[in-house]
Amino acid sequence: MTAYLAKRLLIGLATLVVASVVVFAVLEILPGDPARLMLGMNATEDAVLALRNELGLNQGIVMRYLTWTGGLLSLDFGRSYTYSVPVIELIRERSAVSLPLALIALALSTAIAIPVGVFSAARRGRPADTVAMGASQLGVAVPNFWFALLLVYVFAVWLRLVPAGGFPGWGAGLWPALKALILPAVALALPQAAILARVTRSALLDVLGEDFIRTARAKGLPRRTVLWRHALRNAMLPVVTIMGLQFAFLLAGTIIIENVFYLPGLGRLVFQAINQRDLIVVEGVVMLLVATVIVVNLLVDLSYAIVDPRLRHRT
Amino acid sequence: MSNPAASAPASSGFLARAFRNRSFAIGFAVTAIVAAMALVSFFWTPYDVTKLIVADRMQPPSSAHWLGTDHFGRDMLSMIMVGARNSIAVALVAVGIGMGIGVPLGCWAAARGGIVDEVLMRFNDLVFAFPALLSAIMITAVFGPGSVNAIIAIGIFNIPVFARVSRAGALALWPREFILASRAAGKGKALITVEHILPNIANLLLVQGTIQFALGILAEAGLSYVGLGAQPPMPSWGRMLFDAQTRMIVAPYLAIVPGMAIVVTVLGLNLIGDGISDTLDPKLRRRP
Amino acid sequence: MSLLEIEKLSLDIGTLPILKNVDLALEAGQVMGLVGESGSGKSMTALTIMQLLPEAARATGSVRFDGAELLSASEERMCALRGDDIGMVFQEPMTALNPLKTIGEQVAEGIRWHTGSNRKDAETLAQRMLERVGLPAERFPLSRYPHELSGGQRQRVVIAIACALKPKLLIADEPTTALDVVLQAQILDLLRDLVDENRMGLLLISHDLAVVTEMADRITILRNGEVMEAGDTAETLSAQVHPYTRQLAMASMHVPERTRMHRAVEAGPLLEVKGITRDYPVRRDSLFHRPRPFRAVDDVSFAMAPAQSVALVGRSGCGKSTLARIILALDKPTAGTISFRGDEITGRDQAALRPARRDMQVIFQDPYGSFDPRQKIERLVAEPLHLLDKRPTAGERRERVAAALHEVGLQPGDMDKYPHEFSGGQRQRLSIARAVITRPKLIVADEPVSALDVSIRAQILDLLADLNSRLGIAFLFITHDLTVARAITDEVMVMDEGRIVETGKTGDVLSSPQSAAARALVDAAPDLHRAIAHRMQEQG
Repeated sequence: MTAYLAKRLLIGLATLVVASVVVFAVLEILPGDPARLMLGMNATEDAVLALRNELGLNQGIVMRYLTWTGGLLSLDFGRSYTYSVPVIELIRERSAVSLPLALIALALSTAIAIPVGVFSAARRGRPADTVAMGASQLGVAVPNFWFALLLVYVFAVWLRLVPAGGFPGWGAGLWPALKALILPAVALALPQAAILARVTRSALLDVLGEDFIRTARAKGLPRRTVLWRHALRNAMLPVVTIMGLQFAFLLAGTIIIENVFYLPGLGRLVFQAINQRDLIVVEGVVMLLVATVIVVNLLVDLSYAIVDPRLRHRT
Repeated sequence: MSNPAASAPASSGFLARAFRNRSFAIGFAVTAIVAAMALVSFFWTPYDVTKLIVADRMQPPSSAHWLGTDHFGRDMLSMIMVGARNSIAVALVAVGIGMGIGVPLGCWAAARGGIVDEVLMRFNDLVFAFPALLSAIMITAVFGPGSVNAIIAIGIFNIPVFARVSRAGALALWPREFILASRAAGKGKALITVEHILPNIANLLLVQGTIQFALGILAEAGLSYVGLGAQPPMPSWGRMLFDAQTRMIVAPYLAIVPGMAIVVTVLGLNLIGDGISDTLDPKLRRRP
Repeated sequence: MSLLEIEKLSLDIGTLPILKNVDLALEAGQVMGLVGESGSGKSMTALTIMQLLPEAARATGSVRFDGAELLSASEERMCALRGDDIGMVFQEPMTALNPLKTIGEQVAEGIRWHTGSNRKDAETLAQRMLERVGLPAERFPLSRYPHELSGGQRQRVVIAIACALKPKLLIADEPTTALDVVLQAQILDLLRDLVDENRMGLLLISHDLAVVTEMADRITILRNGEVMEAGDTAETLSAQVHPYTRQLAMASMHVPERTRMHRAVEAGPLLEVKGITRDYPVRRDSLFHRPRPFRAVDDVSFAMAPAQSVALVGRSGCGKSTLARIILALDKPTAGTISFRGDEITGRDQAALRPARRDMQVIFQDPYGSFDPRQKIERLVAEPLHLLDKRPTAGERRERVAAALHEVGLQPGDMDKYPHEFSGGQRQRLSIARAVITRPKLIVADEPVSALDVSIRAQILDLLADLNSRLGIAFLFITHDLTVARAITDEVMVMDEGRIVETGKTGDVLSSPQSAAARALVDAAPDLHRAIAHRMQEQG
């Protein structure tokens, strides 16, 4: 198993390195002069020159890349051009909103999806299954930001249960902060849950058709016991795979949803940075998100090794 | 013992069987209506969407404007029709990019195996680490916003999806005896891929194609909502939602109409995909 | 009162009738053989007793176990019976166990469920049961996972699960069909011992008349869901009153008529295999040490003359299929060379292989997997014509396909159909038509009749023998089944652990095998003649 994990870890690191090259290349090499791009067409030649110096653009490309990645390793993401603070500080501050939001949404969607998927698979073809799968079909088709708008309309505007947007900060107390995250988290979680529930159901139905399920039934175990003891764990392999892939979508979704609720998270940060052409910030945030996705996929591989004994004996 | 009806190949009456499937029939009808609306919009829309009539702004649905008007007095139905064009075009081209590059890559990886396969799969992992939104953010940061960004970003994301599906399908076929027989008949890997592999994974690709098409519509809406996709004055469903956001309290239909358009289109495509896979699912067929 | 009494059992799945008025009775300590070809409804009979039928199934009639009616029994009642009083063993051992649970958990689970005993007691009992089925604790601790066991070992685990609580009735549905003959003999011995020890009733379901005759006291012959004949095994099979019984028995013992042609010995052998070795890399389990590769084929050499019919016999996993693929140039050897008609073909590129491929064709085991389901027969059978230097015109192609179809007893009109429109036996004929269309000198046939019912198997063997003598095609038969070797080959080579351990005239090797591997194969091979004689003798 160590060999398997070591291999996955190496692959993860390699992917991270290649990803950093891609991000660097797209944002710093392709467009021509980043300084000009950041300052806009009307900037004076002197201002551009000064910024080029500040950004170290007069060095060679390889040198610049090494300086940048070296910085990333020591958590030095450079200095924001518009905010005039280190990017890492901006990221730290904004992650305090985005990370809890993504995690709450992930927990919520898993907590809804897996029971619904199991419930549906156990009642395959019966009315309860048809209703649940119809609802999930609808859920898959709903864009999360539109769902967010509807939630705001109903719960914030009509019922006035929660704020329509904004974030008081964790300093304002746990409850007010959580309250501001409830609607965004629900908006993110439900469409994801719809997908996950469908995956769970079909993975379970696949497993329920396997020969070893019949062996378990021939032992005298009732259908329900077989479902929980034998089918579910086998069905978890594809479900965990999809959850890993979904995490990337969840991050992307977070970025959009933050715009609906005016939450000061990484998503807002990156859009402001785009509008102000603050490439350093864009670069840092994108790299951070890519790294997160890669780490999550690594965790998925790790969970395989825990669940599946066949992997423990392989590289 | 053989069961002709159950395992008939795609060429013999597949469509007829698909239409007997309720999901497929409903999905097909819905999608056809949306597509027809998009096509008609090239020749005719109830009102001109480029003309701003401030006097008519934010009118609720009426007999003159079936779906109401927006904050510039443009007819919502016309906007939806023209927006459908944009959504469909972006999603379709993105599927084309994904299939056009992903399928050959996946087939190549499956046929060659070994190091080629390993490198291609790692490349897949890499692309998977960039959700369409991140690619779009990067592209926009450099080239500025526009529909083409959305197409490229979604298209890039589709590549590994199709590569994976075609690779998995092809890998399952390569050890089959009919492929071995074909190899014993002296056919090369490229020829076998064209003659035997592709026709046998076409169904898988068709199902994945409808799924990615639906996801593409959703992603395009998301991108234009945050300003990374189609730019005004070009009407797009995502942008309409963005414009509706601040005016929702006064005119909720502004948000409901484009949202419903997205939901209905995506639902239609997903139903088609479900219908196709139901029709083809080997588990539902009786084994000979 | 019998242990199991089935009366007038009829079964429909949807609108499709599966069983019609089936009667069957089984006493404690007795073995009942339920025999039939595919589609006869024998597995469905077993699932009806277990009440594990698909949802659309409707059964009428009566199935009484220990006097209690099962068809109307509640699900709770059935759960209490299954795994406790009635155990079941299935055909496919590779997939019959949950891959994520240890064998200890899987055997102990049923014990705990039925007896309510604690984990420790259940595991002790499970351990004892595993030892009983031939999996001693030193080599097979409870913590083993299924993927660490071979097919035969997994089948032993399944038997341990089924017999852990000493059931009164054991149902074994083709328990050895997926195993080679040596493993088959071992598993059958184990089942027989378990029956004797516990006075268990055994319902043995099989398509193989010889296996059933060796095992069963009584026999029920099923065809298309109806009982054709039932009775004492020895009597039924020696008298063969019912025509279908006779047909089955004849087909099981069928030996094609072969006109041995004495051809002038041509210059040199047709095929010459010299020192072929094939290693497969083994996955490494630690970063620091690379495991030795697995040697599937180990320094194999032999030669075949034109028009000769040779069998390559061995247990599953002995390397015979790998060797076949290397001969067909579908796989590359690690070392050694292969010459065909005097030309070395090893290491040649595809273009240079064309002349050899034209004269060397292949038939596979699975008649369902051998054809691309999306193409018509004409294209599929014509595929080897790709090897001709001159592309045939459409008309010539149809003509040649028609001729090939005629050669194997099919109609020219069949070329416009799709593969799914044919039965298993017909598909194997199509497979043969594809192999003979280029008029090859050699056909490599990898288990060509193993997947077929006995009556169809007999027809295909006739066809192959006919092609051998009439067209002078040499055949290399890869098989684990000695009856096939006996039926249609002159020479036999016995392969074991990658090596050829014995060669000789088929008759000589089968009557007096010299090597241990050959002896094991001969002893284990079920033989209907011998089984009937043995039964008659037992009964005096």
